[in-house]
Amino acid sequence: MTDSIASPPISARNLVKRFGDLVAVDGIDFEVAAGEAFGFLGPNGAGKTSTMRMIACVSPVTSGRLTVFGKDPEVYGAEIRGRLGVVPQADNLDLELTVRENLIMYARYFDLAWSEGRKRADELLEFVQLDERAKDKVDDLSGGMKRRLTIARALINQPDLLLLDEPTTGLDPQARHLVWERLYRLKQRGVTLALTTHYMDEAEQLCDRLVVMDKAKIAAEGTPRELIAKYSTKEVLELRFPADEQPAIDGRLDGLADRVELLPDRVLLYTSDGEEAAAAVHRRGLRPESSLVRRGTLEDVFLRLTGRSLID
Amino acid sequence: MAVRVVEHNVVVFRRLWRGYIMVSFFTPLFFLASMGLGLGSLVNRGSGGVGGVPYIDYLAPGLLAATTMQAAAFECMYPILAKILWDRIYDAMLATRLSVRDVIAGEVAWVALRMLMVATIFWVVMAAFGVAHTFESLLVIPAAALNGLAFATPIMAFTATQRNDNAFSTIFRFVITPLYLLGGAFFPISSLPGALQAVAWATPLAHGVELCRGLVLGDLVPAQAVLHLTVLLAYAIAGVVFVRPLLTKRLLK
Repeated sequence: MTDSIASPPISARNLVKRFGDLVAVDGIDFEVAAGEAFGFLGPNGAGKTSTMRMIACVSPVTSGRLTVFGKDPEVYGAEIRGRLGVVPQADNLDLELTVRENLIMYARYFDLAWSEGRKRADELLEFVQLDERAKDKVDDLSGGMKRRLTIARALINQPDLLLLDEPTTGLDPQARHLVWERLYRLKQRGVTLALTTHYMDEAEQLCDRLVVMDKAKIAAEGTPRELIAKYSTKEVLELRFPADEQPAIDGRLDGLADRVELLPDRVLLYTSDGEEAAAAVHRRGLRPESSLVRRGTLEDVFLRLTGRSLID
Repeated sequence: MAVRVVEHNVVVFRRLWRGYIMVSFFTPLFFLASMGLGLGSLVNRGSGGVGGVPYIDYLAPGLLAATTMQAAAFECMYPILAKILWDRIYDAMLATRLSVRDVIAGEVAWVALRMLMVATIFWVVMAAFGVAHTFESLLVIPAAALNGLAFATPIMAFTATQRNDNAFSTIFRFVITPLYLLGGAFFPISSLPGALQAVAWATPLAHGVELCRGLVLGDLVPAQAVLHLTVLLAYAIAGVVFVRPLLTKRLLK
């Protein structure tokens, strides 16, 4: 196991995944370092889940090189999976079992003794704040609770690397924040996280480093701060005009910002000083219905890189 | 690690066992009472049983084989598709140290255990009716379980290819039920029209019925026993050979 300690948890070189004619992942390179939270940000269909499944050793690599803990998933699948925790996009909890039984049974799949499984199950139920629901059927849990149980289940083998595919999709804001908070704690404990998301706030909250994926390729890589600095501006002025006036705006904002982005429902001005830009807009005699100055986000990065919004 | 998959089935079964045991007990009870004793009295009066054997003695072991066929077919349809498709239990299992190979080995082992349960309860009922009265007749339990497996693994392979459960009722209607009624359990295959006899002998059930009947009546010819066992094993093994690539393709995309 010495080689795997020195090796990065995940390393991919020119990684490709094809389903028949469809190219799901088109020659991507990335490396995830031990202890970091690494994100794959991109819209649905960008190739995030396919990448995750390859890392999880449940989807054969079409071509290129992928190592997890320095090992080839094709050869060492079971051994690698023994050190992974997987939170899939759709919960696949065991509906026939209770909350606690779900964890104990899962411990068995990692070859842990029943007594050890029970011990860890109780600790993890407390960690995800489900200890009071231990005896309930899974079906009776809310969406957020199911998600937390799935995360607890993924931790039963005390994984070195936790894979999370869209961890908070479909959750209400409160449930999302609870999940984020628990993931943040895991990160502090030194667990390496790799997650996919199409929420820019999730990526900004959780990820030390991320890649922006679009159309099966990596469009950019860096820390959230680096990416925003490189592909966006410090501030963004968002203007909304009455729908019938919007087409007439084209060209009339030139020179007011580093870059102007005309979206169907609003106009974005990329600038270092939003207030000043707003005043300049006013001086040109334009009267937007609303104007808002905000800081640059990963959403702007994505828009810049792909010309599209993350969530349509 | 396949034993972990068996454990999963055991944990789930613990919650449902009463229902299953009741079915396994009352089905042979009612069938042997109504058909074996009731209908049997007419058969025995009319023609002295079947080939000189009282009808209930003739019927019971055949019905045992037909029962394990039916139970095995069911076990390998809906529950397996649920784990593949509806509840995605296998996806969850394959995110652990378990492999597709463990999943298949575990499920086949579990069906074998279930069929042993079904056959054991059936044997007890048979014994209560005075049909199984020799120590050797206990061998009918593993024989009937093997007959179940001969259906289980090919059906499991079929299930691995299914996107919904539409085909299952068709299989029951056009394969399992006709075999149950015409496959040698209730009357000799030799009474069927010639072409259908050939079809019947090509299926595992005819061999399972003959094997079980021979073991219970104590008139098994060794050479024939070997033939029956070979056919049953061949079906069971062929099913495993097919299910491996099919389930791998299905689960590891």
